[in-house]
This record gives sequence, C-alpha cells and structure tokens, in this order.
Amino acid sequence: MNQLRRLILKGGGAGGVLACALAAGLLRPSRAHAAEWNKAAFESKSLADALKHIGAAGAAESADIHIKAPEVAENGAVIPIEVTCRLPGAESIVLLAEKNPFPLMAQAEFAGGTEGYLNTRFKMGQTSAVKVVVRAGGKHYIASREIKVTIGGCGG
Amino acid sequence: MAEPMKIRTRMVDGSAHVFVLMMHPMETGQRKDPRSGQAFPAHFIQTVTASLNDRPVLSMQCGPAISKNPVIGFRVKDAKPGDRLTVAWEDNKGDKARAEATIA
Repeated sequence: MNQLRRLILKGGGAGGVLACALAAGLLRPSRAHAAEWNKAAFESKSLADALKHIGAAGAAESADIHIKAPEVAENGAVIPIEVTCRLPGAESIVLLAEKNPFPLMAQAEFAGGTEGYLNTRFKMGQTSAVKVVVRAGGKHYIASREIKVTIGGCGG
Repeated sequence: MAEPMKIRTRMVDGSAHVFVLMMHPMETGQRKDPRSGQAFPAHFIQTVTASLNDRPVLSMQCGPAISKNPVIGFRVKDAKPGDRLTVAWEDNKGDKARAEATIA
C-alpha cells in the first residue's frame, strides 16, 4: 500500500518535471516570434522607457493630432478612442496610457496609402493621461488627453 | 480555434473605411482568479496585419491593453469597390486567424 503511494507520488513528480519542460519548450517559439513584436517597448513600465524603445523620446507637441475619446470612462476595460491626424504623410500611430502597468498599448504602422487614422478600444487601470505619438515624415509628434476612469479595467 | 473575424467596409470619398472585429479574450496577465489567487496567464493579440490586393496597408502591434474582442478601424486611400482586403492576426501563444473581405 505504502509502496504504491510512493510510486504514484514519484510518477506525479516526474509528470510535473515533464510539464515544466514542455512549458519551457512551448514558450521558446513564441519568444522567437515576438522578435518582430517590440517586446522591450511593450514591457516597459514607464512612459519614458516606452517612448525611448519606440524611438520617440524627443517627440514634439502637435495640435494636428485629434484624439476623440470620452472624458470620463465608466468602464476602464473598454474605452473607445479615435485618432485622426492631420499631419501630412503620417506613417504610424502609437497609443500609450501613462499610468497603465505597461504604458505602451498599440503601435500601428501604415503603408500603401493608409490614412493617419486609427479607431480602437483599449483598457486603462486608472485615471491618467493618454498619449498619442504620430510619426510623420520621419519625425515624431505627440498629443495628450486626460481620461478619468471610474472602474479600472486591468486587474480585478 | 479562433472564431471568425468580422470585417465591415464602406467607401467614403474614394477611401475605404475598414472596421475589423476580432474575437479574442485579450487576457492581460494581471487579472487574478478569485478562487485560487493565481493570475490568469496573459493571452493577447500581438500583431495584426492588413493588405489590400496583396499590398500591405496596416501592420499593428498590440499589447494586452487593447480591449477584449478588439476592434480596429482604419482608412485606406486609393481603394476601389471590389478590392480584396485580407486581415490576419497572431497572438502571444502563436494562435493565428485570417479573414478576407471585398471592399463594398
């Protein structure tokens, strides 16, 4: 009886090791894929770091970036945002929320005649500034908008 | 297996307004299971690409801060009704989905 119990425990332990090995093995291909996904930028914990990793540290303030989003978001899990950029030749739009655990939310690169426009929905943990960075003609421009959040949408 | 995407297009002044809805949990990795206290592992779309008649028009990288069942709207100039739009995404676990639509 006791021996059987030992055996089962041993078996369970070996299974656990195998599961760990599998998990490690499974993680690797996704890491390799993430090479094109800007891991360093998405895992930055501060706005300054995130901006540095996307190469937009010295972005100039611009009034030509129009951000349409609610002033008060009741549900932090779903906040609609619409960015329209009137700068000519907009190449990318980056969305960041200053006080999210990971400020960088999304980075859209345009090609082949896509307008400087982006519409999506995002999550925010708490009231903070939302920054939009636009690259146009090789230069970075930034605009900001304060959004109040009643119920955070990150943890829970 | 990923659920199908929904793509809606509309021509406005010669540019195609595209609206894509993707079905995905977009788990942040921050949310905790109230019973076990363990965080649900992160599971979110990392890249979204779109092309019009095989011409790339959008390449987007997402973090977990994009809402569940993400919606992405963008506008492509020089599009014509009948053009073929392809949208594909891939998440952090390597799941992929792909959908096609014709510009209306």
